[in-house]
Amino acid sequence: MKTLIKEFTKGITIENPTFGLILGLCPTLAVSTSLINALGMGVAATFVLVGSNTIISLVRRLIPGRIRLPAFIVIIATFVTICELAMKAYLPALDSALGIFVPLIVVNCIILARAEAFASKNKVLPSILDGLGMGVGFTIGLSVIALIREILGAGSIAGIKILPGFEPVAMMILAPGALLTLGLLIGLTNLLRNLRGKPNLSRKGGCC
Amino acid sequence: MQNNLIVSSSPHIASHDATPKIMWSVFFALLLSGAAGVFIFGMRALMVILVSIASCVATEYLIQKLRRKKITISDGSAALTGLLLAYNLSSTVPLWMPLVGGFFAIAICKQAFGGLGRNIFNPALAARAFLLASWPKHMTDFARPFTLDAISSATPLACFKLGKVSGMDELGLSYWDMFLGKRGGCLGEVCIVALLIAAVYLLWKKYIWWQTPLGFILTVGGLSWVFGQQGFLKGDFLFSILSGGLILGAFFMATDYVTSPLTKQGQLVFGVGCGLITFVIRRFGGYPEGVSYSILIMNAVVPLIDRYVRPRVYGVK
Repeated sequence: MKTLIKEFTKGITIENPTFGLILGLCPTLAVSTSLINALGMGVAATFVLVGSNTIISLVRRLIPGRIRLPAFIVIIATFVTICELAMKAYLPALDSALGIFVPLIVVNCIILARAEAFASKNKVLPSILDGLGMGVGFTIGLSVIALIREILGAGSIAGIKILPGFEPVAMMILAPGALLTLGLLIGLTNLLRNLRGKPNLSRKGGCC
Repeated sequence: MQNNLIVSSSPHIASHDATPKIMWSVFFALLLSGAAGVFIFGMRALMVILVSIASCVATEYLIQKLRRKKITISDGSAALTGLLLAYNLSSTVPLWMPLVGGFFAIAICKQAFGGLGRNIFNPALAARAFLLASWPKHMTDFARPFTLDAISSATPLACFKLGKVSGMDELGLSYWDMFLGKRGGCLGEVCIVALLIAAVYLLWKKYIWWQTPLGFILTVGGLSWVFGQQGFLKGDFLFSILSGGLILGAFFMATDYVTSPLTKQGQLVFGVGCGLITFVIRRFGGYPEGVSYSILIMNAVVPLIDRYVRPRVYGVK
């Protein structure tokens, strides 16, 4: 039981995709312009993560090792397509805000990384919890960045204006603002860990 | 045995009083141009300069205190950053802008990289780019010279860009006006004569070298002349040099020790590159002026220049 809880919490804390593993940076940088977009992206990615982890874990003994990556991609793409069509049908505004980044969840590193590193080697229940934890961790990372960028860059939270008379820092909702916020937040998490005498999270480089 | 070999980046000969002495010399040399700016645009310009310097120095102090590092605000580098930032602003900006800009320059562009000597980009220029991207309206609103109330006016370069005028006569400006600084613009860039006096002093003291500024200015002037608005070889050489922030950028920002190449040949390459990008932005880009962006882009190329332009290894033919 204890290990099961750990499979869930590690994605939020020590192996956080955004601040620890530095994975899935394209959507992190691109859609974190507002809190709503970030939450939408996070929920979509969590859905795909849990779904693909479940199926891959179930069929892990049936997939020959040499063609496992194409097989994983097909399974992931199925869930992305479900997610995209559902979003187009029920949340068209969010779908147009996220744009190309919904179909691009297929190539999001976190999802393939969890399939390869975890779901293809573990039983179903730990894989579901791993996917859920990673998804929640990704959503939290994305939302923190989006919150900072939206408050500074648009003077609002989730579209609601706070701070009357504040002239927004337009750069924060442009690309440089995303990179600056992410870099400073990674620095901050490492600083907090250093102060508690623990090694840095982000020692390894990430990818898109 | 292994510990006896120390591999380190240049400079290898350390002299303790060098940095503060050079920084303060550049600072005081530049004050002349600031005084001219205050004379031209009024006391408002002085307020912008003071707020900007205070913001930079206070940020440097706070961050060094937080990082438990030695406080080095007396070496003049933060004050110089503040002064240069203010020189890149219009005198009409609201006073919170130099405050935010100074914080951004020191906290993000300098201390986040590790402090003096480790920053990739010129902090004052990076802060200017940040302010321009964030509040373009305030940054492109310029005061008319010698009027006490703030009547906005466009810079000569902006007038050319918008196609309002085709020549100096229509602008109502003479080369002499532009040389003395009777035009709209950032508060430290307009008075060319004051900047040139400071530049000559620094060149004479050998605190800056001629390679970067000369390469920069001649490239911009030459290209503007060859590919003139009115036709081939019909450009206005003097206008392209006297307008915008070219003199300020070429002598005082492109020559920043930390963010420019180490060798003299490298500095020439750096200057010509800055000139090329400035010309391209002025002529084809969306902004009327490109000096600050060109220096920032070339800052990013400096490691590459240092890698290819190397001094001859001692003892080798």
